[in-house]
Amino acid sequence: MSAPNKSLFTPGPRTRARNRAEARFRASGLAAILAALAFLTGLMGIILHDGAPAFRQAFVTLTVELPEERLDPNGNRDPADLARVTTFKYAPLLDAALLRALEEAGAENPFAKAKKLRALLSKGAPAQLRARVLAEPELIGGSLTMRFLASARADGYLKGRVTRESLARERKFTPAHLDVADALLGSGLLESRFNLAFLTGSDASESRPEAAGIGTAALGSLAMMLVVLALALPIGVAASVYLEEFAPQNRLTDLIEVNIANLAAVPSIVFGILGLALFIQFAGLPQSAPLVGGLVLTLMTLPTIIISTRAALRAVPPSIREAALGVGASRMQTVFHHVLPLAMPGILTGTIIGLAQALGETAPLLLIGMIGFVATNPPASPAEAFLAPNSAMPAQIYEWARRADPAWYERAWGGIILLIGFLLAMNLAAILLRRRFERRW
Amino acid sequence: MNNCSQDTKVTAKNVNVWYGDNHAIKDVSVDISDRMVTAFIGPSGCGKSTFLRCLNRMNDTIPTCRVEGELCLDGEDIHDARVDPVELRARVGMVFQKPNPFPKSIYENVAYGPRIHGLARSRAELDEIVEKSLRRAALWDEVKDRLQAPGTGLSGGQQQRLCIARAVATGPEVLLMDEPASALDPIATAQIEELIDELGRSIAVVIVTHSMQQAARVSQRTAFFHLGDLVEYGETDQIFTNPADSRTEAYITGRIG
Repeated sequence: MSAPNKSLFTPGPRTRARNRAEARFRASGLAAILAALAFLTGLMGIILHDGAPAFRQAFVTLTVELPEERLDPNGNRDPADLARVTTFKYAPLLDAALLRALEEAGAENPFAKAKKLRALLSKGAPAQLRARVLAEPELIGGSLTMRFLASARADGYLKGRVTRESLARERKFTPAHLDVADALLGSGLLESRFNLAFLTGSDASESRPEAAGIGTAALGSLAMMLVVLALALPIGVAASVYLEEFAPQNRLTDLIEVNIANLAAVPSIVFGILGLALFIQFAGLPQSAPLVGGLVLTLMTLPTIIISTRAALRAVPPSIREAALGVGASRMQTVFHHVLPLAMPGILTGTIIGLAQALGETAPLLLIGMIGFVATNPPASPAEAFLAPNSAMPAQIYEWARRADPAWYERAWGGIILLIGFLLAMNLAAILLRRRFERRW
Repeated sequence: MNNCSQDTKVTAKNVNVWYGDNHAIKDVSVDISDRMVTAFIGPSGCGKSTFLRCLNRMNDTIPTCRVEGELCLDGEDIHDARVDPVELRARVGMVFQKPNPFPKSIYENVAYGPRIHGLARSRAELDEIVEKSLRRAALWDEVKDRLQAPGTGLSGGQQQRLCIARAVATGPEVLLMDEPASALDPIATAQIEELIDELGRSIAVVIVTHSMQQAARVSQRTAFFHLGDLVEYGETDQIFTNPADSRTEAYITGRIG
């Protein structure tokens, strides 16, 4: 066969060619992994870089005088009378406070009117002050030191997004405002702090990006996920167990199987329009409600859960079923005592992956009215969390990304960080549950 | 309604089994006696395991499998509509070729059968059943200090004895063993054989085996299957020393199979 004088130390040409092919294959595999890693780190880097500023927010600490003749002309602290005083009466108090703060900082008001200074504060600042005074009427007549939200422009200046050049053509917020901001920065009254309101708050109107938060939308997402979990897991597991362990093998079950596999590949927007027709138009459930969103996402998640559950059930060795049947367990006992516990890690992993998919789903929400809607208040009760109109995290992010002000753009990225955080947490839970339930056989 | 005889434990009359179109068992009639070890021997694919699985209706779980003929336990037709296979399997236990303990503790493996059949009224009674079963399976001394350890952590031979303990825990009258020692080393095999011998004194044991020596060692009666036919059935000594059929002789002398 081979030449008799051939040495083991010099590989033949075929072997060398094979080794070269293998080296090429390894190199391309390594390159693929490196490319994937590069994409991933690039993506994560961009998201973190653009989104991290959303978690910090500029605040102005002001000492506001609260004159009685202005806020409570009758002097009786009657809540009804107090409530009649609108934010228009409060705004000048803030102007005055700003002016005083400037004087203390040793700077001059560059504007003819004190009113112009107001652009440094959020448009919601007077309402913030009014709410505080209405809650504590005894403050009237004295003075109050309080932290107010700075405007998105002032906030952007601290984050480097807003510069003197970029303000050249603006009228309401001018480079002169930045001089004031510098003076307030110098005296420590203007500062950037961690923004808890971004995590807990609701969406705000288009002109107040600084006041917007994703908390309410996150509650909407949570409510939807609870609906999905409560419906998709039991229905999916029951359907899979029946199909896998009890159903006879015939045309009908084959048809069902093929259709479930097909359903998993149906675009999510189709489920959205189905939900619109079925749950809103036919069943008359409220529009934009997380309950409906949850139902639609349940439809979407079911095939995923059924497919992974069946795979997990099939992975349980038949010898375990035989063993159980052999000692006289009924089929149901066999399934519930032996097969399901062994399939649990696979079922849970599939469920959590299905949930994670559902959490990030935007398209079906478009059709059931969870995207255009802006919830400005968190739900008041658990029932409202499911039935009152709300949005969801991906829908909220989409909404923010559409808005013009760059401050919204930053919020959208911040929202994405949170969404990814949730997804990572869910995947981590899947891994931990897998570890926890995993058994050898 | 039935013409099963009463003097033997299990009676099979004209049993036919099909897997789809494959005629796996052809017209087999066998009487299996109580308190005796009966061995089924024959080459691979001869239907001996299939026939064994008919005796506790394990073939019910295979959708394409069809069983015809009469099979009686103590004179009662096991395919009668009134028979619940669950009750049947509690009385006709089974040990499989590959040790298949549940991935639970040793204790739970043995206690599972008595528990689902409600054989123990208290924890103490259950403990007693578990101990008795493990002793019958000659495993008690090896595991008594680690009953809560996983059954899958035992060695292959111990696992198989655990499966035997699990099978005898429900107090079966018949024990079916499908090549119980084929996955084990010679020492473990010897232990299992000793056990079979012991069990055969109190209940009917039916063992399927590839090994003719094993059949000769442990059984009192032997049935030789070939291509789905029951070729010969009789006293083990007679089958091995003086077979009536030429195919039996060919098999035991190593010319077929």
